[in-house]
Amino acid sequence: MGLLDRLRQGGTPADWDALAARVPYGRFLGISVVPQADGGFLTRLAFDEKLIGNTVLPALHGGVIGAFLETAAMFQVLLDTESEHLPKPITLTVAYLRSAGPRETFARATITKQGRRVVSVRVEAWQEDPAKPVATAQGQFLVPSE
Amino acid sequence: MSGSKALELIGEDLQALVAHVPHARAIGLVVVDAQPGQIWLRVPYADFLVGNPETAVIHGGVITTLLDNGGGAAVMTALDELRAVATLDLRIDYMKPATPGRDILGHCHCHKVTRHVAFVRGTAYHDTPDDPIATAAMTFMVGANRTLPGLVRGA
Repeated sequence: MGLLDRLRQGGTPADWDALAARVPYGRFLGISVVPQADGGFLTRLAFDEKLIGNTVLPALHGGVIGAFLETAAMFQVLLDTESEHLPKPITLTVAYLRSAGPRETFARATITKQGRRVVSVRVEAWQEDPAKPVATAQGQFLVPSE
Repeated sequence: MSGSKALELIGEDLQALVAHVPHARAIGLVVVDAQPGQIWLRVPYADFLVGNPETAVIHGGVITTLLDNGGGAAVMTALDELRAVATLDLRIDYMKPATPGRDILGHCHCHKVTRHVAFVRGTAYHDTPDDPIATAAMTFMVGANRTLPGLVRGA
């Protein structure tokens, strides 16, 4: 059984690490995947100085937040579809709601519509309190045909 | 807008527009040119920026960083005083995958500044903006907080 099939059935911590390791820029940013008791997962961005955009506040770079939301959405599409390949982003709209401080950030993605070729995803990112998102995004992804 | 305070301060050291941003340094972002309200940048190709190892195409998030950072810098160069700038909203459309091994260029144009909000269009490309990898529409809060852009000379 392949990695994605194992993950779709729960997976081991090593399987989830292997999923995060698939994306080099995600590894560079410090993105990992945290399985949840309900069978779903959160995507986590560890804090590192190199992720800062504004050193005075300090706050994470808006581009890093965008990349994190996009990656979380891609993982969700990968696991919720039958495809063995990472989906391709078509469009992503990010609303920056609060400055993201120098600490870990979490994201949860929800598929809002799954078509045959295009999947629509909503993503929220937060730091200490899920009720206070730092950013939300809506994106459309193309699922490569096999 | 009269003169550009940011451009007046940095003189010929255009790299100072992004040198104070740790993540811009982390991805190797280079300022190619700038004028009031506009900036041209480059991200050198690197393996750690790849999004999909099956294709070796650079991650869309790198292009988001390029255009978001360029957008903020374009707003800075459009203002006649130094003000804090923070991204409010960013929409990015991916038109074609970046070519593996090639640098990505970016152009951002701040085409409107109001009292509190600035509007920017951005394009990422290899050869010419007419053949884009991605385009972005961005809005920024101007005077979003009390921090001022740290324009570090020669950093």
